[in-house]
Amino acid sequence: MIDVLYFAWVRERIGLPREQIETKAATVADLISELSGREDRYALAFSDLKAICVAVDQTLVSLDAPIGNAREVAFFPPMTGG
Amino acid sequence: MAVRVQEQDFDLAAEITGFGAGAGAVVTFTGIVRNNASGNLCEMVIEHYPAMTKTALEGIEAEARTRWALSDCLIVHRYGRLKPDQQIMMVATASAHRRDAFEAAEFLMDYLKSRAPFWKKEITAQGDSWVDSKTADEDALKRWQ
Repeated sequence: MIDVLYFAWVRERIGLPREQIETKAATVADLISELSGREDRYALAFSDLKAICVAVDQTLVSLDAPIGNAREVAFFPPMTGG
Repeated sequence: MAVRVQEQDFDLAAEITGFGAGAGAVVTFTGIVRNNASGNLCEMVIEHYPAMTKTALEGIEAEARTRWALSDCLIVHRYGRLKPDQQIMMVATASAHRRDAFEAAEFLMDYLKSRAPFWKKEITAQGDSWVDSKTADEDALKRWQ
């Protein structure tokens, strides 16, 4: 089981801030494909991958990064701090 | 050296009292909620990723300290609901000489704009919209690479 977190408009499109899922996805991209196949709201949230950032165990990674034994994967739009 | 992420406001004068004692130069930058182009901003909501935010900011601060000779460094960033003209965040850097303090402060700002997990949403009477990241903010990082 991993915790999957969503922030900003990714959270709004999917309709929840976090969930626990059982997955065999090897990479972040695999996890996105798996989620997108679930329901339209996921497919909509992940429709433009250029607008998606991801952190695995609170570290920014690229979409092709392995998930390995991570406990937490977070999806969000490009950050707008400052 | 300190990083704080908080909902409440901060007092710039209090934050820099005694900051960088003995340094020859202290630079501070304060970010303020700016009204939008239509001038109808009611609130700016700042969301963040609590488990990651402080670590990300500390990483940016640590990187700055490897590049410039800083005797002190402070980052304060707020989250929650803010109104136009309220303070969002500040950075302060202290160094023996002004160039290090100025450059480090700019570096901190450039990185925390697009590498720290904060997202801004504008609330207006006409509706809500997430603030888009700017290409210019991403380009600003190239200067430091």
